[in-house]
Amino acid sequence: MSPSTTKSALWRGVRASLPFIIVIIPFAMLFGVAATEAGLPIAQVMGFTVLVIAGASQFTALQFMIDNAPVLVIIASALAVNLRMAMYSAAITPYLGEQALWKRALLSYIVVDQTYNLAILEYENNPDQTVAQRTAFFVGCSIPIVPLWIGFTWVGAALGGQIPPEYGLDFALPIAFLAMVAPALRTIAHVAAAVTSVVLALALGFVPLNLGLLVAAIVAMMVGAEVERRMA
Amino acid sequence: MNYSDTTIWWIIAILGVGTFLIRFSFLGLIGSRPMPPWVLRHLRYTSVAILPGLVAPLVVFPAATGGVPDPARLLAACVTIAIGYWTKGVVGAMLAGAATLFAVQHLLG
Repeated sequence: MSPSTTKSALWRGVRASLPFIIVIIPFAMLFGVAATEAGLPIAQVMGFTVLVIAGASQFTALQFMIDNAPVLVIIASALAVNLRMAMYSAAITPYLGEQALWKRALLSYIVVDQTYNLAILEYENNPDQTVAQRTAFFVGCSIPIVPLWIGFTWVGAALGGQIPPEYGLDFALPIAFLAMVAPALRTIAHVAAAVTSVVLALALGFVPLNLGLLVAAIVAMMVGAEVERRMA
Repeated sequence: MNYSDTTIWWIIAILGVGTFLIRFSFLGLIGSRPMPPWVLRHLRYTSVAILPGLVAPLVVFPAATGGVPDPARLLAACVTIAIGYWTKGVVGAMLAGAATLFAVQHLLG
């Protein structure tokens, strides 16, 4: 593959991911502020953000630590919140699996909601790309968000302060995620899966540790696959 | 918070390694080996099976309003989906959703 097309795939990834800066900055700062207020020294706050880089699970771990929960409970809950990433890992494998093992290991570090969901949209819209181009796009998606996630966690931890709720930034994440998923609703099977996911996630909201979402997602995938099979 | 420094570092390290292993799981172990068609058929729905459920409680019961459903946020979510669905554009959908949120919040004052 010529370097120029790989490079353009990288830049397309960067551009696709740029709007998510508006989500990452407040979310990262919020973690920095919350973790510092809970009493964690800045080194540990940054340890969380760099080693785990998974916002929802970091907040989960922090909440359980504030409650002085047993260590095993903290670890099990935070990892449960991240189990959806195993599904991302499986779903991305047909596109990136040919890559060398060490590259797949590095790519695994940056599998987050934004990179996976933006990349899968790109791969499905442009199915003829090489694995090098797909890898470049995936890395590109991470460039605007991973450094900012880490950097603004530090800003939140070092400077403290809060983001006033009237800015409505709490809603940046839902809007960003909905904007990613709506273009993926290409067939009736996709719509059926999405509706199942919403209904079950709301119905199973009482299940602890985000495990309701996991059940909702698995059933929604089965519904999507079944509708596809019957329509074929 | 009553944990020793060492304990907290252990928590961070285990969560870091554990989360990495979750992300690496299939990508690392399966690699280029082909997966059966029925598995691939399920995996095609990963995005649409996870993101809507992840977001639904945040849309219907937003923390910013104390969990009370809020017309501005519900409408903004609907507009985001509609624009994203019809235009197939992520950025346009985000902007439309944000504009709706601010417009309705402003109107309802």
